[in-house]
Amino acid sequence: MAEIRGNAASVEFRNVTKIYGKSKAPAVNDISLFIEAGKLVTLLGPSGCGKTTTLRMIAGLEMVTSGQILIGGADVTRLPATDRDVSMVFQSYALFPHMTVTQNVEYGLGFSGFGRKETGERARAGLELVGLSNFGDRLPSQLSGGQQQRVAVARALVLEPQVLLFDEPLSNLDAKLRRRVREEIREIQQKLGLTVVYVTHDQEEALAVSDRIIVMNNAVIAQDGTPRDLYEQPANAFVADFIGEANMFQCEVVSVEGDSATVHLGPAVLKLPARGRKPGPAKLAARPSRLEIGEPNAPGALPGTLEKVTYVGSHLEFVIATEFGEVFVVSPDVDTAFGAGQPVSIGFPKRGPVLITD
Amino acid sequence: MRVRTATSALHPTVVLWTAVGLVGYALLPWYGLDSNLFTLSWLLDGYPLDDDVAPALFLVLQGDKLWLAPIGPLLLAPLLLWGRRKSDPFFGYLLIAVGATGVAYFLLQGFGIGLRGFQWQWLTSLFGELDDRQFGMGWGALLVGCAFLFLFTLGLAARGAVAGDEFVAASIGFVVAVVAIFIFMPISQMLGSALLTQEGDYSLPVFLAKLSSDRLWSLGCLTGGPRCGVAWNSLLLAVLVGVTTTALGLVFALVVTRTGFRYGALLRALTVLPIITPPFVIGLAIILLFGLSGAINLGFAELIGVQPTRWVYGLPGLLIAQVLAFTPIAFLAMIGVVEGVSPSMEEAAQTLRANRWQTFITVSLPLMRPGLANAFLLGFIESMADFGNPLVLGGNFDVLSTEIFFAIVGAQYEQAQAAILALVLLFFTLGAFYAQRFWLGKKSYTTVSGKGDAGVHPHLPAMLRNVVFAVAAVWTLFTLLIYVTIFYGSFVKLWGVDFSLTFEHYVTAFSIGWNEFGIHWRGSAWSSFWTTMEIAMISAPLTAAIGLLTAYLLVRQDFAGKDTFEFATMLSFAIPGTVIGVSYVIAFNVPPIELTGTGIILVLSFIFRNMPVGVRAGVASMSQIDRSLDESSLTLGANSWQTFRKVVLPLLRPAILAALVYSFVRAMTAISAIIFLVSAQYDMSTSYIVGRVENNEYGVAIAYSAVLIGVMLAVIGLMQFAVGSRMIGRRGLDGDLAQSRTNVSQAVVARPQPAISGGG
Repeated sequence: MAEIRGNAASVEFRNVTKIYGKSKAPAVNDISLFIEAGKLVTLLGPSGCGKTTTLRMIAGLEMVTSGQILIGGADVTRLPATDRDVSMVFQSYALFPHMTVTQNVEYGLGFSGFGRKETGERARAGLELVGLSNFGDRLPSQLSGGQQQRVAVARALVLEPQVLLFDEPLSNLDAKLRRRVREEIREIQQKLGLTVVYVTHDQEEALAVSDRIIVMNNAVIAQDGTPRDLYEQPANAFVADFIGEANMFQCEVVSVEGDSATVHLGPAVLKLPARGRKPGPAKLAARPSRLEIGEPNAPGALPGTLEKVTYVGSHLEFVIATEFGEVFVVSPDVDTAFGAGQPVSIGFPKRGPVLITD
Repeated sequence: MRVRTATSALHPTVVLWTAVGLVGYALLPWYGLDSNLFTLSWLLDGYPLDDDVAPALFLVLQGDKLWLAPIGPLLLAPLLLWGRRKSDPFFGYLLIAVGATGVAYFLLQGFGIGLRGFQWQWLTSLFGELDDRQFGMGWGALLVGCAFLFLFTLGLAARGAVAGDEFVAASIGFVVAVVAIFIFMPISQMLGSALLTQEGDYSLPVFLAKLSSDRLWSLGCLTGGPRCGVAWNSLLLAVLVGVTTTALGLVFALVVTRTGFRYGALLRALTVLPIITPPFVIGLAIILLFGLSGAINLGFAELIGVQPTRWVYGLPGLLIAQVLAFTPIAFLAMIGVVEGVSPSMEEAAQTLRANRWQTFITVSLPLMRPGLANAFLLGFIESMADFGNPLVLGGNFDVLSTEIFFAIVGAQYEQAQAAILALVLLFFTLGAFYAQRFWLGKKSYTTVSGKGDAGVHPHLPAMLRNVVFAVAAVWTLFTLLIYVTIFYGSFVKLWGVDFSLTFEHYVTAFSIGWNEFGIHWRGSAWSSFWTTMEIAMISAPLTAAIGLLTAYLLVRQDFAGKDTFEFATMLSFAIPGTVIGVSYVIAFNVPPIELTGTGIILVLSFIFRNMPVGVRAGVASMSQIDRSLDESSLTLGANSWQTFRKVVLPLLRPAILAALVYSFVRAMTAISAIIFLVSAQYDMSTSYIVGRVENNEYGVAIAYSAVLIGVMLAVIGLMQFAVGSRMIGRRGLDGDLAQSRTNVSQAVVARPQPAISGGG
């Protein structure tokens, strides 16, 4: 019995720019990135940010306008899709409707120089890997969406590609299935040690599956880091706002000593990691769950008036009016009674608020 | 790991085309043969030394045709690429240089040196008088030309054109080359010969005088003179036919979609008739009914006691015949658009307090504009190009197409006159083509987006519905009458004189006997019938192939100059058959491409006349196939040729079948182009029938037409059967295709509607 193995290689972009046709604005603007072999890296961003273009350039479906692409250290910039050792799972799955499931999975093997026997064995192994051993003779139209998705994965996997690409693979599935399929994808990726590049616009999905996330916005990389980095230490306002929810405050950095900055925010004085900031006006981001609601006039806290309280079962949600505008706070303490109009204060814990760039 | 074939020392595609080129240069006869290449009889005619059958290499070695000498080294040049990879810049540049030089030199020698030595003055002044000459190119030349072309495209692909794809680059090169050679070259040759005087000089004043002659542009009939110019006649007829067929086409489309009419399928079946009917057959039936000895004309004259007249010959008869023949084409052009108007648009209008009339006038009709424009254009062009009806029914009402015919085959061979008339004809059709594009502009008329548009089309207001029904009924009855007449007429001894029934005509045309060699096809029609079948069988797959390949390039590939490419291929659809015919006679009667009198020229004319049909069918169904299917095939390691063959073609099977049968049927019914191209050896059914009509042998002509219609009905039936059973096969497996998440929308499986029809 053949076994599907990983064959992972790294992917590197060197100053890659892509401009479509005659349009002036680049779809991808001077991007450099490095994806280590065996990692699952997500390209995340709003629609039109250039993430799918980036993915298609790795696949060779789009040719770069300038710059260099390396896979496994070899320059593949000018190679067409056919000649790159990369497979892709499409958003629409792109299963060939005139071929059975087995024929679909065997399709790529036929072009890779495998004998008839080995092709069949590999296809069977691939289908087994995704749990569809008994569906080989069906047509794609006779499968459910989730099954079609798994066939598409198997079809890509059996080629043991250096890099496996996913273009929003879950967007055609319903919510419950989505969670299961994404766990399966992650499981297979880790089991085989594959290099996977994964495109999505769903931040929760990205946080859940990735080793690393590359957030893109307006054709450039907004931030590149682990899921925890991105969530807890967003580099700029866009990332802070795009991944989860964040309150933004205009603040003042009064002094910087080494890595630590002293920040004034109204009456509150905070000690935060400087992250390269210089003294002067700055911006602060804080997750709603990382803010503490407290007694009015608590020292070092921001005074405000409670505008709205919403009970949502697992927690309470507050909207608080302050001199910095409305602030959104979430508290797991559902037992304390609050009422609209009540004066409160907002406390900043040591970990949580971060200085960001605009 | 994807296994890569070990890199050979020389790129396999380079090897292939270099070898092909060398075979063409050193082994096959360079010039055209009198006999078929595949009979190999040329091997016995003094090959390889005799001038007529010698390959280029032997000609040069004998000191003959020395201008062919540089081609040899040029063909060997790609061997310099030994050991180089495709990504090496030298690889691409050398091939581009070799290919471009090769093609350019090849064309230069082909066009520059003809039957009387140098063709161009500047060559003579450069090299002095040449006392040698050359004939039309043959197989050897063909292979060498192909080799240079494809080495060139390979070079371009190696330098990164069309994403480095050899197959796509070669396909583009191929389509551009054949369109240039078989559409643009003949047309421009025709343009050139329009400037020729009888003495063989180029003269603009003579051309202008001829172009503005009274024969063409006189408005005499308006001021009581005998007749108007042929150009005005053609224009008037074409506009009338265009408007009438469009109106009738709209009527039928409305009947089918918006009246709750239950027999829509029947109406659609009726539309098949003109596709399989040679257009002039309608004209014949009109004569049988309304001609001087026509049944209705006689009966009517007797009834009111006057002499039967020849009223039907001329504009009235032509109008009736062409409207009958081309209305179904307009219907086919309209129905898709009328059905495509999203019901929710109309429902939205109604919820906004528009009544049925207002909805129809303000929403439905404007959204049908592309259909109206298209239907008018089709009717206009078909009428302009129609040759058979004016020939049998025209009387004194001369039109351009017949005038062109008589200029070529008439008492004196007036090539320049024919070319000028063809130019005027071309001017009108291209004008209509432009006008249509201009009228539609850039507005979007697309209303169906994605799936699941619920709702039904509202019915027409009652009054409009009644009118529509009445018009449709009259037309239908009249059409049926026409076909009954054809059928009946084929059994009548001598129409108008002796109405007794007989099999005589069928016997004359199609009798079969036995002799010592087996079956003896004794009937007079067999020869042209088998020729027609043979030519149609050969040209149908070629037409479908080129059409679909072009469609694939248009829908699936992006390359520089694609807009121009698309415009050029679509333009050929606005070129009337008559013009193609004349330009082929002019262009392919002399070297470098000598084809007149062969079967090849018939095949070629069919391919390039019918190519737009294949392109349209292909574009329509290919746009329904999700592009990600191609892309996933590419990322799975298939190259674009393998993708085309394994993914695109199987999904296009219905379109392929439609294009095949369509070009087959059109090849059997066409008359306007081939009337110029037939020869004694290769006579076609339609031109044979027209010949019988000219000899007043109406019986045989009608019997033959009836047989043709029957044969084509059988072919269409077979197609329906083949496509239909496939549909059941697909649907049977899976209750409702629309519900499943495949990437192919239903429209692919549904039988593609023929886009254009009629032989013209």
